[in-house]
Amino acid sequence: MAPPVNYTDLYTILPYIILTVWACLLLLVDAFLIPKSSKGITAFLAALGLAISLGYSVTQVGIQSTGFAGMVTLDGFSTFANILLLASGLFGVALAYGYTKRMGIERGEYYTLMLFSVTGMMLMAQASDLIIVFLALELLSIPLYVLSALARKLDSEESGVKYFLLGAFASGFVVYGTALIFGATGSTHLISIFAQAASGMTSNLLLTIGAALLLVGFGFKVAAVPFHMWTPDVYQGAPTSVTAFMAAGAKIAGFVALFRVFATAFPAIAPDMTAILWAISALTMIIGNIVAISQTNIKRMLAYSAIAHAGYILMAFVPYGNEAVMPIAIAAGLFYLVAYAVSNFGSWGVVIALEKAEGKGLELDDYAGLAKKYPALAIAMTIFMLSLIGFPPTLGMVGKFYLFRSAIAGGFSGLALIGLITSLISAYYYLRVVVNMYMKEGDPEIEREPWLGFTTAVTAIVTVVVSFVPQFLFLLASTAVLR
Amino acid sequence: MVPVDYYIALSAILFTIGTLGVLSRRNPLIIFMSIELMLNAANLAFVAFASVYQTFSGQIFVFFVIAVAAAEVAVGLALIVEIFKTRKNINIDEMNSLKG
Repeated sequence: MAPPVNYTDLYTILPYIILTVWACLLLLVDAFLIPKSSKGITAFLAALGLAISLGYSVTQVGIQSTGFAGMVTLDGFSTFANILLLASGLFGVALAYGYTKRMGIERGEYYTLMLFSVTGMMLMAQASDLIIVFLALELLSIPLYVLSALARKLDSEESGVKYFLLGAFASGFVVYGTALIFGATGSTHLISIFAQAASGMTSNLLLTIGAALLLVGFGFKVAAVPFHMWTPDVYQGAPTSVTAFMAAGAKIAGFVALFRVFATAFPAIAPDMTAILWAISALTMIIGNIVAISQTNIKRMLAYSAIAHAGYILMAFVPYGNEAVMPIAIAAGLFYLVAYAVSNFGSWGVVIALEKAEGKGLELDDYAGLAKKYPALAIAMTIFMLSLIGFPPTLGMVGKFYLFRSAIAGGFSGLALIGLITSLISAYYYLRVVVNMYMKEGDPEIEREPWLGFTTAVTAIVTVVVSFVPQFLFLLASTAVLR
Repeated sequence: MVPVDYYIALSAILFTIGTLGVLSRRNPLIIFMSIELMLNAANLAFVAFASVYQTFSGQIFVFFVIAVAAAEVAVGLALIVEIFKTRKNINIDEMNSLKG
């Protein structure tokens, strides 16, 4: 009899195992060895763990395998997502390092919880069984609930409770959806579900309802309308460094799981799902962008912008049932997730630089006069805003181009048109920040923190430079598609 | 023997009650109980379907759901206790300091 766990199993989830063990050890080391006054060491150790895991993830490029009786998969798609998620974790630590110290919430468990959340996100990317999808979803969410409430002030606790209640509600939908899919096909394994559904022996009604319930759960995680109600409150109330991390990480994880589950298991019910995805995507783009216009708080504005971007990424995925378009759709989605993550960390970095204690310095008016006093920071913020609009020469523009191309190739020109119009609308609120920085008088103060400056500079440079040579990144994303 | 359809119908009813409870109640503890009801409705469906297909995987999923639900209780109750300490009240209609 073969041993229950063999080398291939472990190798398949090697970066995940490294990070999990590292996080467990860090929890102990932090509790017993690191004094309260120097929790910065924990941050460096957490970053080291992420970097080691990232290194092993890079060595797995191009390798395909499955482990644990097919429960987890290692392929180009998961490696691409893992690298992106681990890099997001590194940016998250860099942003948190100075911010938590300044806000008086510097605690060792912050970094440990972040590492656990990253492990959950990585497992989301590798899961090829709905059991693992569910466990990974909880593993990424539960630390985020705690992190949101970590500041232990009213706003932060409120955001934690709201996130927790709505997140648990969403996982209820995921579990029930999985139960119905299991009822329809007799399996929770993605490939068996596909095989059963293709054989035509299953109840398509049960399968469709199950898939729709799963979509509700994922919709909550990626903040798609009409499951977005929690987003502005949670993003505003949570400590800003946590917001930056979850805006990127949770969205990436939600989308990669959505891509894998739907593309692998549900092509048979694509016509029904496409109609639902179309409606969610259109609503998300319209409502996210229009409500963002009336926001005066930058954290809320960026929260609605995060909602709107979920709509754009979904737009590319709408024609997923079309065999010819599906690879482009997923490549475009992955590419845009990179573009979004980079611009996202940059813009939240600028927000952190301007934020003061007690939630001051977060109004749009507080950005007045930034260009005169701190020109470099203003230029960086302008780049991020242009990237989020989708204006050249930025990564966001190239990413949107691929998304629109995928939607049009799938025959959804109407949806692409909605995307184009809402992008134009979004220019109004993004450019308002730029106008405030350059054309209004003001006297803002910023915090100078080396890692914060480093993050902002790196993301700004990547946003501009990669937009001139996007082919290599798109090629990477294209080779990463499922198959 | 009771037909499996009845179990499925019961689980659908429980799930609906749970969903309505989450949407209509104002006390986070009751909302949380409603969420537990949704999870247990799913567990019932899993066990019922597992008996149809004669496989263990559905029943194993139930164990995972129970374990995760316990973890959620630990975190959720801690958060609710924490917010009660700060404001001496847990009505979610009064959790409105975040607005825009």
